[in-house]
Amino acid sequence: MAAPFDLSDDSVVVVIGTGAGGGVLANELAQKGVSVVALEAGGRYLPDDYINDEWESFGQLAWLDKRTTSGDWRVAKDFSGLPAWIVKAVGGTTTHWAGASLRFQAHEFKTKTTYGDVQGANLLDWPIDLAEMEPWYEKAEAKLGVTRTGDRVGLPGNNNFKVFEAGAKKLGYKDVHTGRMAINSADYDDRLACQQTGFCFQGCKWGAKWSAAYTDIPRGEATGNLEVREHAHVLKIEHDESGKVIGVVYADKDGNQHMQRARIVCVAGNSIESPRLLLNSASNMFPDGLANSSGQVGRNYMRHMTGSVYAVFDKPVKMWRGTTMAGIIQDESRHDPSRGFVGGYEMETLALGLPFMAAFLDPGGWGREFTTALDAYENMAGMWLVGEDMPQETNRITLNHDALDQYGLPAPNVHFDDHPNDIAMRDHAYKQGMAVYEAVGATRTFPTPPYPSTHNLGTNRMSEKARDGVVNRWGQTHDIANLFISDGSQFTTGAAENPTLTIVALAIRQADHIAGEMSKGNL
Amino acid sequence: METILDRRSMSRRDLLTGSLAFGAAFVVGPGFVAATDAAWAMEVKALKPETMATLIQMARDIYPHDHVADEYYAAAVKGYDNADQAEMIESGVAALNAAAQGKGHSSYTGAGWERDRVDLLRAMEGSSFFQMIRGGLVTGLYNQKAVWPLFGYEGESYSQGGYIDRGFDDINWI
Repeated sequence: MAAPFDLSDDSVVVVIGTGAGGGVLANELAQKGVSVVALEAGGRYLPDDYINDEWESFGQLAWLDKRTTSGDWRVAKDFSGLPAWIVKAVGGTTTHWAGASLRFQAHEFKTKTTYGDVQGANLLDWPIDLAEMEPWYEKAEAKLGVTRTGDRVGLPGNNNFKVFEAGAKKLGYKDVHTGRMAINSADYDDRLACQQTGFCFQGCKWGAKWSAAYTDIPRGEATGNLEVREHAHVLKIEHDESGKVIGVVYADKDGNQHMQRARIVCVAGNSIESPRLLLNSASNMFPDGLANSSGQVGRNYMRHMTGSVYAVFDKPVKMWRGTTMAGIIQDESRHDPSRGFVGGYEMETLALGLPFMAAFLDPGGWGREFTTALDAYENMAGMWLVGEDMPQETNRITLNHDALDQYGLPAPNVHFDDHPNDIAMRDHAYKQGMAVYEAVGATRTFPTPPYPSTHNLGTNRMSEKARDGVVNRWGQTHDIANLFISDGSQFTTGAAENPTLTIVALAIRQADHIAGEMSKGNL
Repeated sequence: METILDRRSMSRRDLLTGSLAFGAAFVVGPGFVAATDAAWAMEVKALKPETMATLIQMARDIYPHDHVADEYYAAAVKGYDNADQAEMIESGVAALNAAAQGKGHSSYTGAGWERDRVDLLRAMEGSSFFQMIRGGLVTGLYNQKAVWPLFGYEGESYSQGGYIDRGFDDINWI
């Protein structure tokens, strides 16, 4: 049967969310002939719709539903209602992402073994390893058109990169280049080469950056096997007396509720909404929420150790010109406990426009210390620091019954306390980042605190044993055979690298598994 | 800038008729605040004109940029001139003036040195009034497109084909 599908059609796979996980999974399944209904809470925006204006674009794309925060992380103070900066739209956060596409390092799949016991950390080895993931990474890199992989060349360096590279080399760093980016350095896969426009975070108006919104989604739809329902916000997953899931209840754009039947349900709503949906789906049979016999649903929330360093020079940089994040120093990504922490971090170029710089350079700051920094905006260079943070059981998504969303459901509360390892790593990264710029004559540097989380991970984690996590090596929940998790919430640990490439590789692999099991009659 | 009335045609003498010099930078009269050089003027409806002049000074003291003219600060706080917020703004400014008088100044704007005014603001930094004004300025001031060129920021570039042929890698000092 071809799309569109009937609400009562219980032969379809329902995919919740259409970003790096759900969007890719939906297309990959559709390409294999599987009938898919993808439910997307947001609307559909394409390159012509994207806006080269930071706040206006934020209003167009950002997920702004009710959320609350707690914990000692600075985001809870600076942006108490906005723990995460992610997207509500077809294509999900692949519209907003910077495009950095790095494979995990081998040891990052085995942190419990490699790092040993770290007090307060709930470390666990992934049930899979790099060797098993390599072919899937290769497929993911080809899909995204990642530069410096396959025969794809690197992007040219912009002004922000030139300053960053010169400082890195003066400091003695060796592994410095314009990144492995899902942004075309030459026309590729019907997408244009990068035009150095800036505004990568606002959706690429050229389509030079890979986004599921204008690649996987329309290609899946073209097969006739995929129906994407926009403004379809899933409220609950339903199950039968045997404990198998049978469908999902969603609200359409007018708030009317519908139930879509399903043979299999795959949850890919990002690491805040995915566990929230499992928790909000509690029933008499599953009073603690679906797939939660381990008690790990919502726990081990990770958001990467992050921070930024901006620096002012005596001459113009104009960092906003060109690709936002095409620049990386990888020397600090190794695991080297002699630095005072386990795991490592990446240093990546980053630029913000004036409006966002004013909001994020030093949230809450004012007076001349603050404004003289902005006076030098044209002479600023910037980098983002992103490293592995420690999973902690108490860092978690819970239901806040005192804060209801627009559907009357409990909003998610995001609790996060920095682990001492996160703090030690951030301090080291600030010091190194400032040194990079000071090596080439910075007159002033700014160790800038974390932004609302863009990398949300770990809240339905993958584990060998059912008691340690929520899903198995395929993203299939330990408790319910026809319920899968397909986004970054399956990450057992976070690694130092930007997560999208791994989410995409896991989604391609999961589609292969699900289609195979369906044809064998196991699902 | 549509919120600012352009009174460039008005002479300084016209402007000062029936109005008072207010601090160094402003004149206030019935229903308006204006620059002392008559470069701009703003109609005020719900707030007292002195209150609006104080807000403009407060905005500059919170985010002082000496190369950014008052009219941009005025535009950034113009939105508070409405019936719903007038009482709250009037009382916040009254508290600020009372604090200034407690330090021997005639009013907030009567304190001649920025550091004296900033000391008064620091003392009320935790108040919801201060935080509302400061928070509003982050977008009210820095998200004005007319302000961007004053900081060198070029804004959107798609309509011009990006920077691929317009200097994305043009620095030569590094």
